[in-house]
Amino acid sequence: MPAATASAQDTITSLQRIASQVRRDIVRQVHAAQSGHPGGSLGCADFLTALYFHILRHDPKAWTMDGRGQDLFFLSNGHISPVWYSVLARSGYFPISELATFRRINGRLQGHPTTHEGLPGVRMASGSLGQGLSVAIGAALAKKLNGDDRLVYTLHGDGELQEGQIWEAAMLAAAKKLDNLISTVDWNGRQIDGDVDDVLPLGDLPAKWKAFGWEVLEAEGNDMQALLEAMEEAKARTGRGKPVMVLMRTEMGQGVDFMMNSHAWHGIAPNDAQLAGALAQLPETLGDY
Amino acid sequence: MNYPVLDQKDTRSGFGAGLLELGDTNPDVVALCADLTGSLKMDAFQKKYPERFFQVGIAEANMMGVAAGLTIGGKIPFTGTFANFSTGRVYDQIRQSIAYAGKNVKICASHAGLTLGEDGATHQILEDIGLMRMLPGMTVIVPCDYNQTKQATKAIAAHDGPCYLRFGRPKWPVFIPNDLPFEIGKAQVLVPGTDVTVIACGHLVWHALQAAEELVGSGISAEVINMHTIKPLDADAVVASAGRTGCVVTCEEHNRHGGLGDAVAQVLTSRKPVPQEFVAVNDTFGESGTPDELLRKYGLYPSDIVNAARRALSRK
Repeated sequence: MPAATASAQDTITSLQRIASQVRRDIVRQVHAAQSGHPGGSLGCADFLTALYFHILRHDPKAWTMDGRGQDLFFLSNGHISPVWYSVLARSGYFPISELATFRRINGRLQGHPTTHEGLPGVRMASGSLGQGLSVAIGAALAKKLNGDDRLVYTLHGDGELQEGQIWEAAMLAAAKKLDNLISTVDWNGRQIDGDVDDVLPLGDLPAKWKAFGWEVLEAEGNDMQALLEAMEEAKARTGRGKPVMVLMRTEMGQGVDFMMNSHAWHGIAPNDAQLAGALAQLPETLGDY
Repeated sequence: MNYPVLDQKDTRSGFGAGLLELGDTNPDVVALCADLTGSLKMDAFQKKYPERFFQVGIAEANMMGVAAGLTIGGKIPFTGTFANFSTGRVYDQIRQSIAYAGKNVKICASHAGLTLGEDGATHQILEDIGLMRMLPGMTVIVPCDYNQTKQATKAIAAHDGPCYLRFGRPKWPVFIPNDLPFEIGKAQVLVPGTDVTVIACGHLVWHALQAAEELVGSGISAEVINMHTIKPLDADAVVASAGRTGCVVTCEEHNRHGGLGDAVAQVLTSRKPVPQEFVAVNDTFGESGTPDELLRKYGLYPSDIVNAARRALSRK
């Protein structure tokens, strides 16, 4: 990989600093609620930071449900809400202090994201897996009908790809030549019950998406420079008659050593000592909420 | 009051005609179908507005999600497939991506109930009204003939929020005058009466009218209410009529659990306790047969309504 230019290196450094704070937000939210999903959230912290602070063309202060003239993002694997809430808050969709209400009664930051409480930045409920790609297709079709040239992005878990609806949607996106859609997969190889290869193997994932008629890219999902390059390449491949898939190799729990290399931290909360151990590995770059 | 048979038409054609009119009048209306365009009578819309019609293939779960996504761009999507595949097959997709998310999707379901006929029980869903009325925020409409189905199709486009519109396959008497106003959530007293209230929806409204005529011959005055909207139910109409007559019969082409009868019973038990009898499928699946044979065998005939009315009267 070529070395980044000076200004590109500044961007990468800046995004890495944000991602460190996002990771602190994740473990602090899950610790405070004593429930939630830190593993996948940490693994996707680099991608969602890159997306919200560099890739998406969006205006958090002028947020509307219909999102005309804006890029849209749909989180299909809704259980990694802590990372999404962090980047939404820190990019200006709602007050950062609201992260303290994660999973609290009468709050907007539900365990799984929803439109039901009117949280800005969220356009669809997710949690029951496999539905977000279909929704994104609808939103992308509407953009084409509306003459809106902005893009629609999605994120899915790799375990989520076991849901049949994903493949129904994959066929339709290709059939409708939805070239304003960029989907991504958190390809960490782990799910609740263990390794994806043990639970239900996905087979040759890049070949599968290619066979379904998609443009397919692979990227290192925890390497900021590689991520940015892959997403730029993904954007360059839009408008060519095919939907685009970016398969991101990630590590569940990335950034907190004792949460990595296992599926164990998919959906459990750290205790006080574990929180301290995690925060010690994650520099506070933007100030805790 | 007299309701002459104006024509014999299937209610699904009323949907198709209504959808085509919406295509002409509302550029935000789009339609999706899962490989049943002809059966749903959506072909006229497809032909005239191909850019607003989405053939999704035999993939109903995906269709519901795509419809939900289309609302985000300001569209008013109408999904079309059989009632079974519109509800039970895709319940979680409707629950999360449409109802909980509060999306303005119109779920339009044909071939509901026993009158689907020869295809048999796999396709004759008798639980869909119950499934849909359990979802918070879902409007559930079961129109009674071609004219009313066309009216209802147009009405749900103007209503902001998720809707379930249930209609059927067979040719059926058309008897609702075109100038009878249709309002979501507003019951229609088709025949005023004093002795027993007969509340029906869908195809069984016609049977209720026939039953009322037969009861008149025995000196029994039946009030016939067309409860085309199951949710939100016109509770005031139920209470007012029960107050006039003192007993109620509910009639539906649906399992006796979860449908119109249960909805009416909830109102009566809390606001106006009077005897109620249920004309509905008695907690069983259907089978192959002609619509007429099935309606007779499963107890949904006009004579069944007459007998239920007599039972209700005897319990006053």
